[in-house]
Parts: sequence; C-alpha cells; structure tokens
Amino acid sequence: MSLKINITEEKIARLFEVMEKNKRKPGPLMPTLHEAQKIFGCIPIEVQKIIAKELNESVAKINGVVTFYGNFSIEPKGETIINVCLGTACYVRGSQSVLDAFADELHLKPGETSEDGKFTLQSTRCIGACGLAPIFTVNEAVYGNSSVSKVKEILAKIL
Amino acid sequence: MDNYVSVFIDGKPIAVPAGTSVLKAADMAGVRIPRLCFLKGIHEEGNCRVCVVKIEGQRGLKPSCRTIVTDGMSIITDNKEIYDSVSTNLEMLAGNHKFECWKCSRETSCEFLDLLRRFSVDNRFSEDGYKHKEIRINDTSKAIVIDSSKCVMCGRCVSACEKYTGLGILNFNQRGSKTFVGPAQFHSLEDAGCIYCGKCIQSCPTGAIHEKDEIKSLERVFRDKSKTVVVQVAPAVRAALGEEFGYKIGSNVEGQMFAALKALGIHEIIDTNFAADLTIMEEGTEFINRLKNGGVLPMFTSCSPGWINYIETYYPEYLDNLSTCKSPQQMAGALIKTYYSDKLGVKPQDIVSVSIMPCIAKKAEARRPEMGRENYRDVDIVLTTRELARLIRHRGIAFAELEPIKPFGKLAEYTGAAPIFGATGGVMEAALRTVTEILEGHSTPVEFTEVRGLDDIKEATYKVAGIDVNVAVVHGGRAIKTFLEMMKKGEKQYHFVEFMGCTGGCVNGGGQPIINAYTQEKVDVRALRAKVLYNIDANTPFRKSHESEAIKAIYTDFLGEPNSHKAHELLHTSYEKRGFYSK
Repeated sequence: MSLKINITEEKIARLFEVMEKNKRKPGPLMPTLHEAQKIFGCIPIEVQKIIAKELNESVAKINGVVTFYGNFSIEPKGETIINVCLGTACYVRGSQSVLDAFADELHLKPGETSEDGKFTLQSTRCIGACGLAPIFTVNEAVYGNSSVSKVKEILAKIL
Repeated sequence: MDNYVSVFIDGKPIAVPAGTSVLKAADMAGVRIPRLCFLKGIHEEGNCRVCVVKIEGQRGLKPSCRTIVTDGMSIITDNKEIYDSVSTNLEMLAGNHKFECWKCSRETSCEFLDLLRRFSVDNRFSEDGYKHKEIRINDTSKAIVIDSSKCVMCGRCVSACEKYTGLGILNFNQRGSKTFVGPAQFHSLEDAGCIYCGKCIQSCPTGAIHEKDEIKSLERVFRDKSKTVVVQVAPAVRAALGEEFGYKIGSNVEGQMFAALKALGIHEIIDTNFAADLTIMEEGTEFINRLKNGGVLPMFTSCSPGWINYIETYYPEYLDNLSTCKSPQQMAGALIKTYYSDKLGVKPQDIVSVSIMPCIAKKAEARRPEMGRENYRDVDIVLTTRELARLIRHRGIAFAELEPIKPFGKLAEYTGAAPIFGATGGVMEAALRTVTEILEGHSTPVEFTEVRGLDDIKEATYKVAGIDVNVAVVHGGRAIKTFLEMMKKGEKQYHFVEFMGCTGGCVNGGGQPIINAYTQEKVDVRALRAKVLYNIDANTPFRKSHESEAIKAIYTDFLGEPNSHKAHELLHTSYEKRGFYSK
C-alpha cells in the first residue's frame, strides 16, 4: 500500500496541544493516541517518536500499545472506514456474507485500503451491539439488522 | 514477632516476615517452586503460571510469586492438579518454541529446558516440526540478535531493559499469536537507541536474545594457515569464565583460561590488562593536562563502550567531556596491528586480532569505522566470555583439568591497577593511583576505597596538589541518567567521573556467564566477581600503572611519551552524536 502519510506542521501543533492537556491528567497515553489517530489517520513511527519524547516513554512502549489495539493503526487508512462485526452474535446471524458483499463491491479484502485512499474495509470483534446483529459501522455510524441488500443501499449513498 | 506470620508449606510450619510472597516463603523453607518469568526486582508480573501453588480454602491455583502470605496460610506446592497444570502450560510454551538446542547459545544455562526436564514434558503440539508462529529473527545489529522462535513471552527482557537502563528499547509488538518482542516494528537495534549492555540477554530464560555469534568466524580463521591469531583477554573474563565449567561464582581461573586458549591453538596470547595500564597513562595524562590548562571538566572516562553508546545517543552535549582515549580493547588492538606485528615480523593484514570480552557492546565497538587503518581492523573478532566457554566445550577441552599457565610476551604484563578496571570504581582508583603521584611528585596511597562498592553513584573528594578534586563513579544506565541530570542542575564542580554501562562494571557485563533467576536472587554476582579482581590487585607486586616495566618499555621503544603524536594517532579517538529511529 502506498498511501502517503501527511505529517504537517499544523497537525503536529494540534498533537502538542492534545498532549499538553493530557499531561496534566494521570494516564495521558491512551487519550493522546486516540487523538493522534484522528489527527493523522494513523500513528506511524514518526508520530510515535514525538509522543514518546513528550510523554517521556520509550518508542517501543508506545508502539507496543499502538500495535496491540485494533483501532490504532500504523498505516494510513481510508477516509471512510467500514467495520463489519464478526463477533459471535453477528457471525451466527450472517455477518460473514455482509463482509463478503463489501469486499465484492469495493474490490477489497478485509484489512485493505483502496488505492485512491477512499475506503478501508475491516472486520472487527464484538462491539457490544449484539441485539442489532448483524451490524457494521461506516466511520462512526452504526447500521444494525444488516444484510447484503443493505450493504448495496448504503454504498450507493456514499459512493 | 509482630511482623512475622506463620504459614504451612507442604504441612511444615515456618515463620516468615509479613508481606513475603509465597514463592519467597517457600524458598526460605527450602522448597524450590519452579518458576519461569520471575526475576527478582526486575520482573514480578506473574504471567507464566509456572510457579502456581494450591492455597487451602481458596479456589483454583495461585501464582506464588504474586500471592502474599497471610497468617495461618496452608500452601501446597506439589500435587497432581499443580503438576498437570504446570506441565500443560510448559507443553503449550514448548509447542511455540523452536528446539535447536545443539545450535543454541544457551547450551548449559537454559531455564526453559531445565523446566521441561523437571516436568518431563511431552511435545505433542510440534511433534512434526515447528510451524506454529511466524519466525522473526532481528539480526541487523552489530551485536545482538533477537530470535522470536525461541521466545516464551515471559517479558523478562522487556522489564530488564526498562529497569536496568531506563531506556525501554524492547517491548511487545502486536498481540495474540502474532506477538513478538523487539524494538518498535522490527526496527534494527542499531537505530533503536540500544546501548548493547546485554542485560536483556542475561535476563532471558531461553536463547531468544543472544550476542551475534562470532565463533564460526574464529573457526574459519583457525583453518586458514596463513593467518597468525593474536588473542587478548579482558580482566573480567577470568573472574567469571570458571562458572561455565562448574566453578563457584567468584573463582579466579586466569591460569586455566590461558591454558585453554593455548589448547585451542591460539598463536599469541596477550592481556587486555596491559592496555588497561596504558589507558591509565594516557587518560591520566589527559586529565592532568585538562586540570592544569583549563580544559573541559569534568572529564568522563571512555572505557565502557556501552556508556559511549549511551552518551552519544542521549547526552551528546557532553561529548567534549569524554576522554579521547580508546577503550583498552581498542588500544590493545591498535598495538597488535602495529607495534606487535613488527615484533612478530608479520604483516598486519596477516594477523587476526581476537578479543575475549565480558561485553556485548565491544562487538559493535570493534566495528566502528574509525577503529582501524589502511583497510584493516584493529580488532577483527570479538568473542564474549560465554562464546569462549562454548568454543572450549565444543573442542572437548577438559577445562578443570588444565594446568594453569602464564601468557607469554611483553603485552601480557600488568600491574594491580589493571584488573580492577573490570569492577565499578576500578578505572577511577587506578587513575587516582597514578594521577595523585604525578601531581604530588611523591609516593601516594595505593587504595582509594571510597570509590569501591556497589552503590549506584559514589562520590569522593581528594586533596591533590592543593586542589580539592571531586570524583564520582556511576554505573548502569539508570544511574547514568540520574547522575547527569543531577550534575546538570547542581552546583558541584566535578573533576573526574567514571561511567560504566553495566551495573557493577564489566564483571557483570552482558557477555558474562548467565546466572539463573534463582541464583541471581540469592547472591550478588557483581560483588563475588569483583572480589576476584581486587584479590588479584592486592597480590600483584606493582599496583600502579606507571610502575610497570612493560609500560615504560613501550613508551621508550615505540610511543615516545603519553599523549604524544603517535599515541594520539593510535590510542585516541573521537565521538559523534547519534540519533535513533532516524531511518
């Protein structure tokens, strides 16, 4: 994948603002990483280095946290991130076919980002909305009781 | 007895201090509970589940390292439930471990293998070969190799790096079955800010982290009859090598060590101790010049390549404070390829200069581009104490039965000031012996006991030629940071500071024999090995570097005088600032 990571001065300045705020609270790392993921779209080594220095932690430790959690990423993701839940409840109600439908429509395998940088398709573990199974999310919007036809409907709207 | 509680371990009563862990209480009762991830004071996380015990009245099994005793507690350390549980855990770890014990660096010191033996573990999960996880071998640095296929995920190295050096170079990457230990994202250690102290290696219970193996390079040289092999041995090696052959910790095996080298077919044996004496002449003279001529003070010692890596990476603003002297290894190397090659009548290109070091960082130091000239290196091959021991074993040499010998030649003589280089405070003491005498112009005391011992930071003031000379001795990455930050903020003018990358100095270097977690907790290896060196010092006829006949001779014959042009060319070096995660 060859999406370029865009680390501008302006984004770095925003990161510093966030860190300045978080440093005053106990446990500043997680909130900082959440914000960094939003600001840069990913948390590559270059960004980890800035955070490590400012929060007085080692780069390896920051990277350990970043690579542990699925919602952080070290490579840039698409503008629109689609997550299909493959947790138990969603899976037994057919979320695999929902994921397959997205894969077909977007010509992406789960985990991949489209070359134009528009879409990232991912599977996710349970997100705790089992009553609405099977579900998927498009950025922060959650779609419950989904189906293959719903996939096409939603994609038609955003494509 | 307020602070004591009574517990029963396998039915036997024992009183232990309140707050003791069950593991420790069992140790006190003489019951050795198996353990894998536990490393006293470094890693006490309870994540391996090998030290589990049954506590009567409580459900399930508890990790004994994390469970604190309570009054009247009844602890069972061995029953079928425990045995089955531990065996299963070990078998699962074995399923993810690549067994190639015959090639492994940990041939006699594998804590994991010891446990597999103790529980006679089956290996059904990988009977038909290793296939369970992606093998990641991080082999891009000059000194350390991380091999995830042997890693048991105990986390001891991660904690050791954090607690000993304060740098946190190693950590877990990814999660679940994809987890591997190393710098961030499989980055090269070379560019991850690692100082190569090797504390991770000494903390690893398996062979997942080891030094870059140079035994094979040496064996290739043995086969090439056109080469003359010259070996130098560092002071700290003789204080520990015996441990690899069953000697007690703290045995001096100098004579057998030289005999073993001879038995291996080494042509010329010299002693790094000689270069240590030479270092004192050069470094001492440099210090006197800085003191008299208003040079940059405090002057920092430069013998420990771990420390050099540390200052170049983390405190480059102090590079001018570093003595320009090469380390004894590199001084000896430079002389081997010039002065000594002339004496032998062999071209420097036909000499293979080998050093046996207690150190991992020495491997990288020997490869620094400035450490050689005219397309040859001053030191070609660096073996650790452990690698030498392996080579001796592989050749079937019965170490304990060897008749002790002395090395031959001028570059093997040394004074008592040299061997103590291997212990924290030793370089400082050796320098003080010579510097005070030169400055005062008359004989001064031999022993400066204030700079000895294992306190992280030691300070002393000596009145020399009317000046109050403030000295300090600092060892271990964590203490280095504490000291430099304190120095930065403080008012005190230090004149001379000794730094070593490893806590305890070279005797506890990353290349020394590995002591298992159980023994590390029982004895202070650093103190026992240092005692060997101080004993050598006390029993040497000359104890000040400038009194050595061999030193006097090399200045008359070859170098001129300390800090002469020639000495500068061969024995001094320069340093440069380094970044990390820059590539």
